[in-house]
Amino acid sequence: MPHMLTRSLDRAATTFILIVAACGVLIPLSNLLLPAGSALQVPTYLVALWGKYVCYAILALSIDLIWGYCGILSLGHGAFFALGGYAMGMYLMRQIGSRGVYGNPLLPDFMVFLNWSKLPWYWYGFDMFPFAALMVLLVPGLLAFCFGWLAFRSRVTGVYLSIITQAMTYALLLAFFRNDFGFGGNNGLTDFKDILGFNVQAEGTRAALFALSCLALIVAFLICRAVVSSKLGKVLIAIRDAESRTRFLGYRVESYKLFVFTLSACMAGVAGALYVPQVGIINPSEFAPGNSIEAVIWVAVGGRGTLVGAALGAIVVNYAKTFFTSGALAPYWLFMLGALFVLVTLLLPKGIVGTFNAWWEPFKAKQGDANAESAAREDGISEAKMAE
Amino acid sequence: MNVMDTRSTSALLYLDGVHVSFDGFHAINNLSLTLEPGEMRAIIGPNGAGKTTMMDIITGKTKPDEGTVLFDGVTDLTRLDETRIAELGIGRKFQKPTVFESQSVEDNLLLALNVDHSVKGTLFWRGSRSEAARIDKVLETVRLKDVCRKLAGSLSHGQKQWLEIGMLLAQDPKLLLVDEPVAGMTDVETHQTAELLKQINKDHTVMVVEHDMTFVRELGVKVTCLHEGTVLAEGTIDQVSSNDRVIEVYLGR
Repeated sequence: MPHMLTRSLDRAATTFILIVAACGVLIPLSNLLLPAGSALQVPTYLVALWGKYVCYAILALSIDLIWGYCGILSLGHGAFFALGGYAMGMYLMRQIGSRGVYGNPLLPDFMVFLNWSKLPWYWYGFDMFPFAALMVLLVPGLLAFCFGWLAFRSRVTGVYLSIITQAMTYALLLAFFRNDFGFGGNNGLTDFKDILGFNVQAEGTRAALFALSCLALIVAFLICRAVVSSKLGKVLIAIRDAESRTRFLGYRVESYKLFVFTLSACMAGVAGALYVPQVGIINPSEFAPGNSIEAVIWVAVGGRGTLVGAALGAIVVNYAKTFFTSGALAPYWLFMLGALFVLVTLLLPKGIVGTFNAWWEPFKAKQGDANAESAAREDGISEAKMAE
Repeated sequence: MNVMDTRSTSALLYLDGVHVSFDGFHAINNLSLTLEPGEMRAIIGPNGAGKTTMMDIITGKTKPDEGTVLFDGVTDLTRLDETRIAELGIGRKFQKPTVFESQSVEDNLLLALNVDHSVKGTLFWRGSRSEAARIDKVLETVRLKDVCRKLAGSLSHGQKQWLEIGMLLAQDPKLLLVDEPVAGMTDVETHQTAELLKQINKDHTVMVVEHDMTFVRELGVKVTCLHEGTVLAEGTIDQVSSNDRVIEVYLGR
């Protein structure tokens, strides 16, 4: 499908990919090759921190795809992120083997602690990486598919849909808190040792995970761009702007929503799976409704319906979060986040990138017209030639 | 499929004994109406007469409590949803112009074309010359060629109405339902719209709901007057407008 690729790569998209790729290569190299303490060396803790931001950027992209382009405001997308994270966490737990505190070769520590005698059936297969990787996509995808099938077929839209997505993530939060649910309860999954045979704590592994996260961000971005720049993307925008009109044109709106919602959930799952080995823990607090709302704020700040803006928003807001929560202002972070959301809604309704685009558009349009005119002339020439 | 074995009527659209009530309010009351293939029909009537509700029933937005709604003599429309009915070939223009404002005029027409509307079909869609030619033809018919790259939201009210009619043309349905096409138009635009509809009627069946009597007269087609959800009078514009009941409830003395 080369036509889909060329169509999706405009100048902004190419620039974004190049920047992410450069970070994905240069930051790990600087961390590994330069001597510690050198001015240009990126310390390991920063690699892990930025890796976390990159995962958040993927989550933001997945939200922008459904919210910015199709008008589906999911306030429970953190659930798909956390499910992908748990699938990866289960693999990492099984890799611990007999190195756990209780030394049980099969059962993770928390199961031994709860006096469980055998591994629950749903933990089978997670010792194999390919199976776990498949589950990272499949579990969030399947949940989104079932949830979306019910919601979109019944034409649940707008604020009602947002509320039931919140309810979904909250229900999962409560379920994962329970010890007998079999995912480590309150403490979640942690104390990871190896991933694919490499020590998760090692500098090299962290650098590789960072590079992989950047790669995943690029791939996710390319998929989103391919979707939104296809005719399907136009249909999504049509649904966002005038849903019933789209129906009267003969489009099966619920199928489109279901497709894009499921795709988005799979992307969120991948983001969660890359996040877990970098932060070293996954626990039920990842399902907290607040997390999902925060992710929506990133997209609003960066500019919804721009993709690049969503990723940028995730990084900017999280950088601010790290900066402010580590200083004297820490107790006020939630107020700042709330104020940020209110201010962005009032003053920058299109977000950072959307506002920039609106400002830049007149310049670009002039160039675009010139290009279009020359293209039209060429078309005219080639058609004239064909007529001869 | 909800297809009957034998065709019971020659009409393209056949409504018989249709009832709809919303919370006890009878919006449509024993409505019967037929539209022959190739016909253009004007529907008039006071506010609340059930004109828009009738279109909602035909396009599947509202389900009737009772009655028969047949398309092409064989298909029971009351059992189908909006998408399916649109696929069968019934297009609709809304009372308030509804175009995709954040997309270009061209893209609006592209979306309306009656080509593969499946998720897979649109995801892997590539433009073709025949599609471009069809869009071009519609742009010429509705006189929007000069603004085809502009965003639909930046068009004037009249241009939006035409774009929506253009979208109907791109959809190329067998039956066009047009709800108040000249609301808010200048006299010149109204006249041009009447011409446009007459031209469209050459190869489409059309049903027009309109309040503007000058416009209805200009169309020069059979007129049905609705009142309280049922047919009050039917005939030429002169017959209908001289009907005592019509004068009483709608036109005024």
